[in-house]
Amino acid sequence: MTDLQQRHQHLQKRYAAERRFKAYGLAAIIFALGFLAIMLVTITVSAIPAFTQTYIKLNVEFDQKVIDKSGERNVVEMRKSDFQKIIRQGIYDLFPEVTKRKAKKKLKTLLSSEAGYHISSALLSGDKPDLGFIDTKREIWVKSSDDVDSFIKGFINRDIDEDKRRIKDNQITWIDQLQADGRLERRFNWDFFIFADSRSPEDAGIRGAVVGSFFTLLITLVLSFPLGVLAAVYLEEFSKPSKITDFIEVNINNLAAVPSIVFGLLGLALFLNFFNMPRSAPLVGGMVLSLMTLPTIIITTRAALKSVPPSIREAALGIGASKMQTILHHVLPLAMPGALTGAIIGMARALGETAPLLMIGMVAFIVDIPQGVTDPATVLPVQIYIWADSPERAFQAKMSAAILVLLFFLVVMNAIAVMLRRRYERRW
Amino acid sequence: MSENKIANKYQVRDVNVFYGDKQALFNIEVDVLENQVTALIGPSGCGKSTLLRCLNRMNDVIDVCKISGDILLDGQDIYSKKIDVVELRARVGMVFQKPNPFPKSIYDNVVYGPKIHGMIEHKSDGDEIVETSLKRAGLWEEVKDRLDSPGTGLSGGQQQRLCIARAIAVSPEVILMDEPCSALDPIATARIEELIDELKEKFTIVIVTHSMQQAARVSQKTAFFHLGKLVEFGDTDQIFTNPHNQQTQDYITGRYG
Amino acid sequence: MQKHIVTAFEEELQNLSQKISKMGGLAENQLTMAIKSLENNDYELAKRAILSDKSIDKLELEVEEEAILMIAKRQPMALDLRRIIVTIRISSDLERIGDLAKNIAKRVIKINGRTPKSLVSGFSAMGELAKTSVKNILDAFAASDVDKAIIVWQNDKDLDALYNSIFKEITEHMKKNGDHIDYCTHLHFAAKNIERIGDHATNIAENIHYMVRGEMLSDDRPKSDLIKIS
Repeated sequence: MTDLQQRHQHLQKRYAAERRFKAYGLAAIIFALGFLAIMLVTITVSAIPAFTQTYIKLNVEFDQKVIDKSGERNVVEMRKSDFQKIIRQGIYDLFPEVTKRKAKKKLKTLLSSEAGYHISSALLSGDKPDLGFIDTKREIWVKSSDDVDSFIKGFINRDIDEDKRRIKDNQITWIDQLQADGRLERRFNWDFFIFADSRSPEDAGIRGAVVGSFFTLLITLVLSFPLGVLAAVYLEEFSKPSKITDFIEVNINNLAAVPSIVFGLLGLALFLNFFNMPRSAPLVGGMVLSLMTLPTIIITTRAALKSVPPSIREAALGIGASKMQTILHHVLPLAMPGALTGAIIGMARALGETAPLLMIGMVAFIVDIPQGVTDPATVLPVQIYIWADSPERAFQAKMSAAILVLLFFLVVMNAIAVMLRRRYERRW
Repeated sequence: MSENKIANKYQVRDVNVFYGDKQALFNIEVDVLENQVTALIGPSGCGKSTLLRCLNRMNDVIDVCKISGDILLDGQDIYSKKIDVVELRARVGMVFQKPNPFPKSIYDNVVYGPKIHGMIEHKSDGDEIVETSLKRAGLWEEVKDRLDSPGTGLSGGQQQRLCIARAIAVSPEVILMDEPCSALDPIATARIEELIDELKEKFTIVIVTHSMQQAARVSQKTAFFHLGKLVEFGDTDQIFTNPHNQQTQDYITGRYG
Repeated sequence: MQKHIVTAFEEELQNLSQKISKMGGLAENQLTMAIKSLENNDYELAKRAILSDKSIDKLELEVEEEAILMIAKRQPMALDLRRIIVTIRISSDLERIGDLAKNIAKRVIKINGRTPKSLVSGFSAMGELAKTSVKNILDAFAASDVDKAIIVWQNDKDLDALYNSIFKEITEHMKKNGDHIDYCTHLHFAAKNIERIGDHATNIAENIHYMVRGEMLSDDRPKSDLIKIS
């Protein structure tokens, strides 16, 4: 065999090896992407039901005797009256043949127990609402109960034994009839994005958790970013190597690896028990998460500072800039994209954090949307945790929907990170 | 020599420099004359850059660097407590091996130094300084229409001239150059050398270079360093035609090592 | 002296020196032939001396070209620079020596053996001195020996003295024998040429001094009593 042939063969082998190597890499990526896709699809599919809600059309008589007992048209008083009663009457009217107490009770559970409240707050919103509806009969859409909703969405099988399902035979008959009359409708569930958590799944929304998460992250960012950047600048630019700085450095690296629940315990012991700060508040949650993100921000900012070429420092020092001017005018702006990336990675981690927040009571059931950082609140991942724990079928869908919302925010944050970096880089 | 009465800008007296336990310079004695170009040559690691960085206390940044002896600038010890290092560096500009413009516009690059030294009261002051500095650095014609474009977008030679403009913008008395042409092509190098020749009318220049031809071309005095010691210091004309020291001879004729 | 890092440069320098030695050898040989032909009135030898000048001229051109190329390529410094520059100068001195020897050989034909008996020994002594000078100066160059070069440089005064006495004798002879003026003039030029060869040897000596020491030989050369023109 000639030398040339041998060399040719060798070359072929090398090309083949290179192709194989590339294929392995590609396979790994496809594998990983496949799992990601499966996960996303599963979550999305199971989340879809949460985005719709079944409504029932009723003809409701707004009886003044019920909704305005005093007859004074006092809005504040009217809001306290029993709208649920007139709506119940609405559904009784649809099925006049139902007269037995027990059957009536079954009939009214087709409606959401909060439907009356929603109707009253819709009609009586503002200081001077139009009260023309009183003593008239109007056609309105009322939220159904979660059981009806589940049944409509096909989660309850009508063929299994009556004892084993939450919708009884007579209820199925009514629902069928309502459907036949065109009195049932599935609508997009805006309430999911408007309401806070609730015991009844049809009223449970994500808003409270989103706002809670926002406040918590705001506190985290405000606390950890300046602190982290300052600490990194000091360690990287000013501190002289000594035992103490070595010790600090080791500890920062260790802190980054500490399990997050430990920070939660620290928050519980320090902020709640010692400083008596409010329980379940985004303020405390943010402080705890700051402790957790601080090491990440310090480490990434230091890496970013280190990667600023020494020639820039020399250039600045060479024309007589002081150390502070060198850092503020030249080094820090160049390190900013790195620092911001670090901060956003830290924030993203904080956004998905559950364990430390459980420790400081952010797992409490909170129906109100928090108005400030000291109001009790919960956050998205904790909300997911709470719903995952709930027995109602409808909450499972809510959980998946909440996961989608959480993922959406993570994607948005990463996009912001990329955008900020691009912007900075373009400026330079 | 003394007929023209050229003043000593720098007097380096018995200077020793240590990096930790390692001694980088041994008993250096050099005089830098005003409005002349003094070249420091020698093999890598001979201490020539170290000496250069002592002249504007750039070595202060390195913690383990210790220096003994006196370096007098106009008769004043630059390492005395009375001297503020920031002020010193305004008097002694520096140009580095790799062109290192700030990642800002050409205008901002030049105007930065005057700005931090409070030399600018109105924007017009800045415009004027930028124009004269760039003109003096021979870059004005090439960039006057794009002062807002980033300095990093220029060619290597232009960047280096921008760095020189930046250095002279603060009106220093001395310019230190640390291998200013080692990253440039021959034409850009020639431009810089021409510039150095012009600049010495107004500034005192100390240049470290690896190119002996360059040292021969641009300098009036040459100091040859070897292993941290000053081997020979004298007129450039003499050093490159008839060095007195055998080590110098071997180095400049390419017999070193 | 340490060797150059670039071996090709080292080789080129050596090659240049060898060419000079070769030129020196040729010039020396040519001078010997010219003097001998003058002494013995040997036409054949004179012709050979005239012909051999061509190879010296050729070598000079070669040396010059190589030296210029080396300056362009190597940008020599200090000793190397001086060596190359001095080589060019020496080669031109040697070429001149060759020319002068050729000129002597040409005059042999015109003189046609009519050299007065009293002058023959003087010419032989001058020729000997000139040959020794050329030989010694070439040795000094090959060995970069400044001391030897200085000796050659100082000894030139002997040649000058000898020339002066021959000059007087020829003038005397011409005064007495008016019809001998034509060949005597040729004789005189031959003597002058030998003296010029000695001057070129001192030139070379000065160049060797500059090459090795980096300084010109500043002192005035000891001269023997100059011809009084007036």
